[in-house]
Amino acid sequence: MPARTVQKKKKTNAPDLSSLVLEKVPTGIRGLDQVTHGGFPKGRTALVCGGPGTGKTLLGLEFLVRGALLYNEPGVCVAMEETAQELVTNMASLGYDLPQLIRQKKLAIDYVHIERKQIEETGEYDLEGLFIRLRAAIEQVKAKRVLLDTIELLFLGLKNDGIVRAELRRLFHWLKDAGVTAVVTAEMGDRTLTRYGLEEYVADCVLVLDHRVNEQISTRRLRVVKYRGSSHGTNEYPFLLDDQGISVVPITSMGLTHTASTERISSGVPTLDAMLGKKGFFRGSSVLITGTAGTGKSSFAAAFAGATCARGERALYFAYEESPSQILRNMSSVGQDLEKWISRGLLRIHATRPTAAGLESHLATVYNEIQEFKPTVVIIDPITNLVAVGDLHSVKAMLTRLIDFLKLKHVTAMFTNLVFGSGIMEETAVGISSLMDTWVVLGDVDQGESERMRTLNLLKSRGMSHDTRMHRFTLSDKGIEIHGNK
Amino acid sequence: MATSKKTAGKPENNGSVDRKKSKATPFKRPVWELRLYVAGMTPTSIRAFENLKRLCEEHMHGAYKIQVVDLLERPMLARGDQIIAVPTLVRRLPTPVKKIIGDLSNTERVLVGLDLRPAGGWR
Repeated sequence: MPARTVQKKKKTNAPDLSSLVLEKVPTGIRGLDQVTHGGFPKGRTALVCGGPGTGKTLLGLEFLVRGALLYNEPGVCVAMEETAQELVTNMASLGYDLPQLIRQKKLAIDYVHIERKQIEETGEYDLEGLFIRLRAAIEQVKAKRVLLDTIELLFLGLKNDGIVRAELRRLFHWLKDAGVTAVVTAEMGDRTLTRYGLEEYVADCVLVLDHRVNEQISTRRLRVVKYRGSSHGTNEYPFLLDDQGISVVPITSMGLTHTASTERISSGVPTLDAMLGKKGFFRGSSVLITGTAGTGKSSFAAAFAGATCARGERALYFAYEESPSQILRNMSSVGQDLEKWISRGLLRIHATRPTAAGLESHLATVYNEIQEFKPTVVIIDPITNLVAVGDLHSVKAMLTRLIDFLKLKHVTAMFTNLVFGSGIMEETAVGISSLMDTWVVLGDVDQGESERMRTLNLLKSRGMSHDTRMHRFTLSDKGIEIHGNK
Repeated sequence: MATSKKTAGKPENNGSVDRKKSKATPFKRPVWELRLYVAGMTPTSIRAFENLKRLCEEHMHGAYKIQVVDLLERPMLARGDQIIAVPTLVRRLPTPVKKIIGDLSNTERVLVGLDLRPAGGWR
């Protein structure tokens, strides 16, 4: 097999080496192929480990199912933990019809059950029975992919560890010879990667799944610990389990390689455009609008969304505070008819409670929605509520990743942020403002005589001459109007 | 290995095996239905078969049936009895089903496994 010969020759990657480079099979799992730079090592065994309930089996099964559906590579599942019927039920909840795949001979499931209590051991034996079953199943569907879930149950079922270890070693060699790409799942150990040290036998590609709960909010993460003969992403990537299966979010900070656009787009408020060098925001920039409660942050967001749709572009609005109908009603009172843009398919409002999921899941949702809807403008209203589910540090980390991703796609982003108290910049606002290209601060000044004056200050706007004076603005059914500048 | 069968011969007069001692069927002995799963004629499988035959002769007094299944020839049979290790001896009758894996070299353990002798030893 063209395997170990090329290891860390990244820079001198001459084209004639391509035949020597490790071949990979795509998993077909959303995002995972990007993280692993192409999938699992072809004809070898990958180890997926994690604690209970981290999604090991589902990842393995999805590898088989997607292989059968997308790449015409039938699969065999040796299930030691769950019966075939249980697996069918579990996968049905993710939208996969296993019985149909079995009928089409694209999938075979062999449920291997060992009950230690029923078994007496005396003298020598080997696990040829398991080999024979696996071989028969592989021949039955002409399998190219194999899932062993969870092979380490052999250690629980059989008393003689020595035999099991020797046989496992033989099994992994045998799988390699059989030319199938295999996934082995294993339970996380206390101090080792897996409870029974399976990583000792399978060391080509190791994935660790993790399921953390922080303040009642859970986040699933995936990490490629090891990938012999291949480069791979090394970060922890959040992943989602939803009705479409697993999706890994392959975004982390991508660095500052994005190209900056000089194109300008309107903020939707002509008088604000005038302050922004008379043209508006840069396309692909990120805009922060902060202000105390009721200063009109969402109105600016709605105006921006409206202007985007009026140009015939798509805007995606993430609402973490109000329901879509509430937003539509409130915005129509300041002259923004957003409903027509929704019916024309140019605007999508995605409303969720921030506490409904962890930060990473929100990031994953945002990512999936952007991939699907392909907007040119994304509005997150407000990011304040996200701070409720994570500390400032992780919010900043998430925003950095999100902003990098958006910039790469030339998507203009607007974030609103609620601050408390007047005049003093909130810690959160200061913390994330360094990520932003433009920062608009809204406020209101109590004038004493039962009237409050709304104020707007353009605190920064990178790369353009802008008006830095404090301005008064009004909200009416004609929209937003900023006074005192031309 | 070809499938070989050995069926009950004449019952011998040893009452100690017949633990039921039922008055209604005084002459009926338990019929032992055993199946030995192997993978080819390996030294281990031959040893297991020989151990088993000797043990049956000594303790079951002809009231037994051994079926040898070679999984290399009939791989699909491995699923039904949940075989992963070879050799595996399956006691199909009397119920409940019992499994003993290994070359059956430790006679005591086999007898315990087949319920011919309780774990503590009563004889």
